[in-house]
Amino acid sequence: MKALSTKTVLWSLWTTAVIGLSVWLSWPLIFEEQQDIFLAGAATHGHHQIELACNACHTSPFGGKEVLQSACIACHGAELKAVSDSHPTKKFTDPRNADIIERLDARYCIACHAEHQLERTRPMGVTLPEDFCFECHEDVGRERPSHAGMGFETCASAGCHNFHDNLALYEDFLLKHSSDPWLLETQRMLEQPPQRGDLAARVEPDAPNSVVTDEAVTAEWQHSAHAAAGVNCSDCHGSEQQWQPKPLQSVCAGCHEQQFAGFTAGKHGMRLAQGLSPMVVDQARIAMKPEAGHRELTCNSCHSAHAYDRQVAAVDSCQSCHDSEHSRNYAQSPHAGLEAPVTCATCHMPRQESPGGGFHVQHNQSDNLRPNEKMIRSVCLDCHGLGFAIDALADEALINRNFTGRPALHIESIDMAVDRAKDAPTLDKSYQ
Amino acid sequence: MKNTLKSRAALSVPLLCATLLITGGCGQKEAAGIDPKLYTDSLFAVMNADRANYTKLIIGRLGPKGADAIKPNEHWEDLANGAPLPAQMFRFGAEVVAETTDDFTYSLQSIWPINSQNAPRTDIEKAGLQHIADNPGSNFYGEEQLGGVNYFTAVYPDVAVAAPCADCHNNHKDSPRRDFKLGDVMGGVVIRVPLD
Repeated sequence: MKALSTKTVLWSLWTTAVIGLSVWLSWPLIFEEQQDIFLAGAATHGHHQIELACNACHTSPFGGKEVLQSACIACHGAELKAVSDSHPTKKFTDPRNADIIERLDARYCIACHAEHQLERTRPMGVTLPEDFCFECHEDVGRERPSHAGMGFETCASAGCHNFHDNLALYEDFLLKHSSDPWLLETQRMLEQPPQRGDLAARVEPDAPNSVVTDEAVTAEWQHSAHAAAGVNCSDCHGSEQQWQPKPLQSVCAGCHEQQFAGFTAGKHGMRLAQGLSPMVVDQARIAMKPEAGHRELTCNSCHSAHAYDRQVAAVDSCQSCHDSEHSRNYAQSPHAGLEAPVTCATCHMPRQESPGGGFHVQHNQSDNLRPNEKMIRSVCLDCHGLGFAIDALADEALINRNFTGRPALHIESIDMAVDRAKDAPTLDKSYQ
Repeated sequence: MKNTLKSRAALSVPLLCATLLITGGCGQKEAAGIDPKLYTDSLFAVMNADRANYTKLIIGRLGPKGADAIKPNEHWEDLANGAPLPAQMFRFGAEVVAETTDDFTYSLQSIWPINSQNAPRTDIEKAGLQHIADNPGSNFYGEEQLGGVNYFTAVYPDVAVAAPCADCHNNHKDSPRRDFKLGDVMGGVVIRVPLD
């Protein structure tokens, strides 16, 4: 028997290695399993939960930046449109900006928000140096003498400017609210959920006899908004033939479409939107209670089944997992001590007027969270003046104390606007 | 010999055609297309008509100097009956066009801009805006290269067609010029067409 030559052996080994490597690399691609081997780096705080759903952003292997841009807009476009984005990509597509985009290609979100580069990612997922505003606004000191000498790393400090959302920060708005007291005489309150004691069941439970029912469970349901609205057992669990002991979230979404869309757009439910398993509390990168680490985030995590007590969902559910200094200090905060308390949900899941009338609860708790000036118009101005709100949100220590005390910082944006208005000539206000 | 000639003749026909195709001949028509100047002049005619009509028929008639039914305001979305200013309306059109086609772009600029981002930036823009300010009624045409692409660039005068145009600019606290009169050139419409 002729011995195999060294060359043949090496070729065989090489061929085997290539085939093995190809199978090892293509298997996760084909079967969408264990794709972590392709991760270019840990994802940002906004995306880390879905970093293994590669297709969420990399929707096509071809197309480069355009593909990624489409993915960014698919998830974040509506939010940017809603806040009248101050720097939409369409502002940069004109050829006259060719020299600007050579330095900073703001036509693409990833120019400022590069993903998988956690080590150089700053707050708001920005991966550029803090002074990037300089690229286009280097002459601001000449236009606004009050800004002369200010460092470009201070532009986006809380209370001054926001790259995308300046709805509460633009000059005319500052002027309009320049005389606001710290606490408004009349607070704007949208309709609050009814107390559970006020709710009474209008119907008897229609669970089939074959299903063992618990009286306590029945009592919880009978005092819920579901019972008050005539939503019976079979509406969620199905008929006797198709009885579901634990209805899926799609059942909730069937009626609460808007709320479910918000839930799956935020950090609590974003994994569900990508077809992944529900988020587990341990996956969070912020302070959480260790004993809650194993909990899954579904509708019933905050809204316990049958009772669906919205007052529990507004504080107790949050506090059962969150463990930041801010959340731990809530119970002692002035908000919590009010006759009609300002709850976690009041600020982080605000009630919003619906376009078709009525209102709904924004279930994307990240919607107005970062940068925190986004909370000014959606929440703070319901009760507080603009100046107080800007100062309070700029004071990190005050936020950590959950707003016990007064702001120790003062942001001068309103003062600057007022000074400039004083210096302006007497103007015909018809068109302003 | 005869066969050789036939073969050569047969071979020469496709070769000749291939050569002509490569060099742009072989009966191929010259690239058809509209003259860039006529193209931009036509675009400007439409833009100018729409802009003047919005200013006169909507803002002038329904605004504070007319029926006072709408409030033309920079932050019109924050007002229940707010309406975009004519210049904003023009820019919104330019933004929608930019999302629709790459065949041309346009913008509204001025050497007396309320927003400094709307001051001329390229050499052609600077020359064009100065030309239309110095020579009322005339246009400016030129070519420039931006980002490695050659453009035909036309600059047309933007005239105060109604009192609100001059009033607004004269009364805006960020306006670097406050003596505009009806009929003055207040800025320019810059239209660009890629030539490559």
